[in-house]
Amino acid sequence: MVKKLFSRLYVGLIILFLYAPIAVLIVLSFNDSKSRVVWGGFTTRWYSEVFSNSTILSAFATTIALALLSALIASVIGTLAALGIDRMRRKQYQVVMFFTNIPLLNADIVTGIALMLWFVRFLPLGFTSLLLAHVTFNIPYVILCVLPKLRQMDVNLYEAARDLGANSRTAFFKITFPFILPGVLSGFFLAVTMSMDDFVITYFTKGAGVNTLSTMIYGEIRKGIKPEMYALSTILFLIILLLLILMNIVPRLKNREQTASAVRDF
Amino acid sequence: MEQTTMTSDSILELKHIHKTFDDKTIIDDLSFQIQKNEFITLLGPSGCGKTTTLRIIGGFEKPDSGQVLFHGTDITNYPPEKRELNTVFQSYSLFPHMNVEDNIAFGLRLKKKSKAYIRDRISYALRLVNLEGFEKRRPVSLSGGQQQRIAIARAVVNEPKILLLDEPLGALDLKLRQEMQHELIRLKNELGITFIYVTHDQEEALTMSDRIIVMNQGIIQQVGNPVDIYNEPQNAFVADFIGESNIIDGIMVRDRLVTIGGVAFPCVDEGFSPNQLVDVVIRPEDVELVEPENGLTTGIVRDIVFKGVHYEIQVDSQIGISFLVQTTQAFSVGTSVGIRVIPDNIHIMNKPISSDEQIIDKDA
Repeated sequence: MVKKLFSRLYVGLIILFLYAPIAVLIVLSFNDSKSRVVWGGFTTRWYSEVFSNSTILSAFATTIALALLSALIASVIGTLAALGIDRMRRKQYQVVMFFTNIPLLNADIVTGIALMLWFVRFLPLGFTSLLLAHVTFNIPYVILCVLPKLRQMDVNLYEAARDLGANSRTAFFKITFPFILPGVLSGFFLAVTMSMDDFVITYFTKGAGVNTLSTMIYGEIRKGIKPEMYALSTILFLIILLLLILMNIVPRLKNREQTASAVRDF
Repeated sequence: MEQTTMTSDSILELKHIHKTFDDKTIIDDLSFQIQKNEFITLLGPSGCGKTTTLRIIGGFEKPDSGQVLFHGTDITNYPPEKRELNTVFQSYSLFPHMNVEDNIAFGLRLKKKSKAYIRDRISYALRLVNLEGFEKRRPVSLSGGQQQRIAIARAVVNEPKILLLDEPLGALDLKLRQEMQHELIRLKNELGITFIYVTHDQEEALTMSDRIIVMNQGIIQQVGNPVDIYNEPQNAFVADFIGESNIIDGIMVRDRLVTIGGVAFPCVDEGFSPNQLVDVVIRPEDVELVEPENGLTTGIVRDIVFKGVHYEIQVDSQIGISFLVQTTQAFSVGTSVGIRVIPDNIHIMNKPISSDEQIIDKDA
């Protein structure tokens, strides 16, 4: 009984600290009053202001373009890297995985400053440097999503395809790739999320003219919090929530499709 | 033993194949020929190089040196897809995201065969392996035996000249395995192609093969048909690996006479030097238990186990050697018995010179 009470309390605290602030933010984004404590009635005014503000819209476009592009490039490089790592001997494998994990655990501020120092040597800071930075920190996420799929795969599957007349390219695209696709997709969505989520590295590598939503919100808030920012943050939160749901649903749908057809066959 | 000389019927030849992994020699100067329409088995304990040999034939491994000839053409450097042979893998390796039909059609579609042709071949292949009506099933919904049949159908539908089978029955239970053995012989006769079969199961090899290549530590120990391999093993390794044997130290006193623990046993072997140390191999079913006064030596029954067709008996002999005996007659433990072996059933072998021929347990 006490145990149950305690576990409920614990879950309650988690909800309070993790989700209540977000709920407050969402509520405020519909509040028809600039005050943070007075409820002035329901409005979608802040949302329409968001969508008519060209600074916000351009930051929004930059964020989406950056997220999709960096995730796409990281997915290609990360998948190729995973294919190589998968074939390594134990010792090599451990060394490479160690170096793969460093960017994941490294403090963002270190990565951000390091990348900035590196970029300014040969490249004006701007969208390109930003893209390179995001690709860099996204690659490990893709590797970590693809590698387990490759490890699960029976090596003879690829050889069987070769045996039946497929050259190495055909065997990869017809057999290996479909098998690891759920991992590649998870990696892609995770990379999109990570890219949209990032502030610190973006802040250091973006250069003067470029803004993503997170750096723009940060800049705006320093001038004083406007309710549009609540609306914008809510939109950002919902997009990431949607991506998370997609990441969880896509591989499961694939599984269900297989199980369903297996059941149908009986 | 059949001599493997180059004939016009030779479909595949391996010449002086060497293969090492991490400085460990897996295959050491391996050469053999395979005739057209032969059912040939590479038999040996795990790690003997039989699977590596099959993978070299299939094109999945490159030998460090040596050649693979197919109808006289050097195919050593051909990739797997350029070889006119197909493989049935131990783990079946059906493509999980495709149904049975798409699995079987995989090779034919790559060869851009017509739809009608592919449909005909699929139904032919499914009929061949007794799985008609399974076209739309997914591999996950099939039993191990069914998956194995589909893997065979997927390979033979491409009309390979040689079918390579890597322990294909290893994962099946005993009854299914025996059923599939007969099925494979039927398939081979129906298709009229060459089968190269890899196994560590001597019974499987003896049942199905036209010819067996016994391998150990990357070296061929003996090549021959099942009867010869069983009856005339060339060394103690083969004798021990193929069926059970009593392998005993002996001294070849002179031609046709060997002594074991000081007792003389007449045999039929000749050509050893006088008083040479030899391995004496006697099959358990060849040891006769008789009245004590009628034996060449005597012993006491220590243990008896009923095995169905026969009893398996351990006899501790007076000469200090324990004999394994298979007989249909029952003896109670402690009985005094005479031990007799007719000269024909005593096989004399040179002691192994290199460590490569050392007897190792077949289950190792």
